[in-house]
Amino acid sequence: MVRLNLFLLALLTVCALGLVTSQHKARKLFAEAEREQERARTLEVEFGQLQLEASTWATHTRVAHIATQVLRMRAPDAKRIRIVTREVPGEGRRQ
Amino acid sequence: MNFATSPVLELTLPAWRSRFVALLVFCGFAVLAGRAVYLQGLHNAFLQAKGESRYGRIIETSANRGRITDRHGEMLAVSTPVKSIWAIPEEVKFEGPQLSKLAGLLGMPEREITNRIAETGGDFVFIKRQIPPEVADRVAELHIRGLFQDREYRRYYPSGEVTAHVLGFTGAGDAGLEGVELAFQEHLAGKAGSRRVIRDRLGQIVEDVESIRAAQQGKDISLALDAKIQSLAFSQLKAAVIRHRAKAGSIVALDVGTGEVLALANVPTYNPNNRAQLSGAQLRNRAVTDTFEPGSTLKPFTIAAALESGRITPQTKIQTAPGRFTIGAATIRDAHPEAVLSVEQIIQKSSNVGAAKIALSLPAESLWDMFQSVGFGAVPRLGFPGEVAGRLRPYKTWRPIEQATMAYGHGISVSLLQLAHAYSIFARDGGIVPLSLTRVDLPGTPRSVITAQTARRVRHMLELAAQVGGTAPRAQIAGYRVAGKTGTAHKQENGTYAAHKYVSSFVGFAPASNPRLIIAVMIDEPSDGRYYGGEIAAPVFSRVMEGALRLTGVPPDAPMRPVEMPAKGQEVEESI
Repeated sequence: MVRLNLFLLALLTVCALGLVTSQHKARKLFAEAEREQERARTLEVEFGQLQLEASTWATHTRVAHIATQVLRMRAPDAKRIRIVTREVPGEGRRQ
Repeated sequence: MNFATSPVLELTLPAWRSRFVALLVFCGFAVLAGRAVYLQGLHNAFLQAKGESRYGRIIETSANRGRITDRHGEMLAVSTPVKSIWAIPEEVKFEGPQLSKLAGLLGMPEREITNRIAETGGDFVFIKRQIPPEVADRVAELHIRGLFQDREYRRYYPSGEVTAHVLGFTGAGDAGLEGVELAFQEHLAGKAGSRRVIRDRLGQIVEDVESIRAAQQGKDISLALDAKIQSLAFSQLKAAVIRHRAKAGSIVALDVGTGEVLALANVPTYNPNNRAQLSGAQLRNRAVTDTFEPGSTLKPFTIAAALESGRITPQTKIQTAPGRFTIGAATIRDAHPEAVLSVEQIIQKSSNVGAAKIALSLPAESLWDMFQSVGFGAVPRLGFPGEVAGRLRPYKTWRPIEQATMAYGHGISVSLLQLAHAYSIFARDGGIVPLSLTRVDLPGTPRSVITAQTARRVRHMLELAAQVGGTAPRAQIAGYRVAGKTGTAHKQENGTYAAHKYVSSFVGFAPASNPRLIIAVMIDEPSDGRYYGGEIAAPVFSRVMEGALRLTGVPPDAPMRPVEMPAKGQEVEESI
């Protein structure tokens, strides 16, 4: 009887310690997961800001301004445009 | 006296007394045990809640508002997180210079911060919202106890004033207040969720207790708008408004096939990213919410109604001499008296007398039918806030003079969007499809308003009007056939027509052989001495259309050679 009780006590202690460690591990893992989620959020934020930045740099007004003012580009006038039609070799062939 | 001889020992007590004491002690233990069982087993909710509130917190998980992109995926509106700083009043403790540093970073007086914390009891108070993440990081470096940060969202519009009226903007809590932001609020808005967590003594989350509500992210919207055409339209419109010292202006570009709104801009406008000082004039989405008397741009509809009735053909001759036409007390005038004009020439030269005579030969009902079936007098139902129907009175109340003036666009009012939409019957063989702000992949079946033959005939007349000999040679584009109609109208003020205030407009489409785009331009009160639609609005149309056709890759349908302009003094002036 006493032996059985001692055995059960030992078992209980082991289980209790096991619970403590697994709880500890769970919390550690959870904290890690939280950190990773936080990182995902920061990356998402950065992505949004970069997207915003990209579209700000690529604003049509800005591109047009640089093209005409800085690079001195302009659309050719009608005299200098020639429309060429592509000749399709053979009838029925897809272009 | 020693213990052994104590008389007390002599006493013999009844046995029940000791048992009674034992019972009392036992009862005491039983009560304690009972109470313990009661508190920890049967009635534990209250204590558990109390305990949890010591370490548990409910945290809001914020949801992102959907992005708005143009038809090619270019970002037009993006929500990006900013930080809000909040505190738990019972725990806040400033040490040393922390408070003054915080006040400096947030740009708030120290007093305001302390007042905010003192006034609010409980466990939550916002110190400041919508601060940039960089500032928030520096606040975090101060390590103030009891001060926390949360993410919030702020809406940014990279294209700024160019798309201001289409997109609108959001207000507190990122809720849409104007334009697409309001029209598609349900679709764009995310729903914030919340979850209960356990924090340790350092404030770190150590355990997720439960997710009360999962956050729902807002959905993205892909508009029909083409950012490049929009930007081109806006810049040309703005330049024209400045050049002609006009009060305002609007431009609308539509896709003929799908009814998609490719561009919609108004001047004056505002920067949606910085709305500190806004006036009502800036906020007005004129193309949609303002109506004007369109003037001659309405003539093609009168002609179309007459062609449909079979009373006239494009070659029917109408006597317009001597350039005046009197109905009762009123007289209709032409800018330049002509003699006998064909129906085609009436559109080409924009003769009021001719249009009025044709209108009077028709029953009022058929004219009303035409106006009504192209959408005048009805709200476009695009979803924009403040869309207007315009004014189209029931035909039973028309007097002859009204029927005559309506033929050339007076006594009726429309919005620019309605006008552009109505022109699709000429651009697409008589049918009309509903307008759309979002991308349309499968266009609906068009509702037929006029026959294809009538549409082609009017299209030809409109092409004549946009050439040398017509009222709008400046609408021409090298390499493309253009069709369109000018409009110049006196503005109404307090019920009468103002003598020197005009609205100049032009509505047209291209390429005329197979129309793809409709563009309508309206310039309000040009005041540099010129005011004809052909001089003010047509050049804007021409430049925007040229760019838009190139951007959408529409092949030219005319020889690529410089456009012809009429010799000086040979311009055809429009009748007002």
